[in-house]
Amino acid sequence: MSDSLSVTVRLFGRYRDLAPGPSLEVQVPAPATVADLVAVLHALSLEPALPDRPVVAVNHRPAPDGQALGPDDEIALIPPVAGG
Amino acid sequence: MSHDVAGLRAEAIDAASLAASVDPGCGAVVTFEGRVRNVNEGRRVIRLYYDVYDGMAEQVFADILRRTREAHPVTAIRVLHRTGTLAVGETAVAVAVAAGHRDEAFAAARFVIEAVKADLPVWKREEYEDGSSRWLGGVPPEDDGPEGEGAA
Repeated sequence: MSDSLSVTVRLFGRYRDLAPGPSLEVQVPAPATVADLVAVLHALSLEPALPDRPVVAVNHRPAPDGQALGPDDEIALIPPVAGG
Repeated sequence: MSHDVAGLRAEAIDAASLAASVDPGCGAVVTFEGRVRNVNEGRRVIRLYYDVYDGMAEQVFADILRRTREAHPVTAIRVLHRTGTLAVGETAVAVAVAAGHRDEAFAAARFVIEAVKADLPVWKREEYEDGSSRWLGGVPPEDDGPEGEGAA
C-alpha cells in the first residue's frame, strides 16, 4: 500500500475553466514531484486540454519538473501570462 | 529602494499622481500608461477582466524592482497594475520612473513594463460587442492563432 499526497491545485486565467471552483483537488502517489502531478492531471483528460508541459508554480515560483511536492506547498497551474 | 512601489490595484489608477509621488528633485521622470483599447485583432472590445494570482504577483513585483535596480541607476520606481473589470480607455498598468537623466529614466521605464508583460501573473479576458469573450495570452494547444494583445 503506497502513500498518496492530497494536492490542491489553484487555477487562474483560462485554467479556471478546468473546474467549477477556484482549484482542483487531486491525489498523487507519494513521494511526488511536479512531473508526477502533471502526469496525474493529464490522466484526468481535462477540458480545455493542458499543454504537454504546463507551468506549475510551487510557493509562488515556477517549479522544475523534478521539484518534490510537500503537504504544505501552495501549488498553482500558471497559464501564459497576459498583463499590461 | 525602500521607497519603490509595485502592486496591484482594484480601483482606478491615476498615472499623474503616480508620477507626482516620486522625489521632486529628480531631473527626469518617465511615465508609461497602458490603457484598454477598443479594438483588438479586428474585434470591438467593450471591457476587459483581469484575473490575478496575488501571492505570486507580490513575489514577481519584488523581483522586477530588484532587477530594475540592478540594471538601471534610477532614483525611484512606481508600478501599478489593475485587477478586476475595466472599461475601454481605463488605465490597466502605469509605470513611473525617476532618474537623474532622461536616458536612464526611459531605459528603466521600458525595462519595467517589459518585465511586467513577461512575468506578472495576470490574465486578461476580453469581452466583445457581440457578447462573446476569451482569455488572452499565449495560445491554447489546440489553436495556432496569434498571441492576443489587449492593452499595453
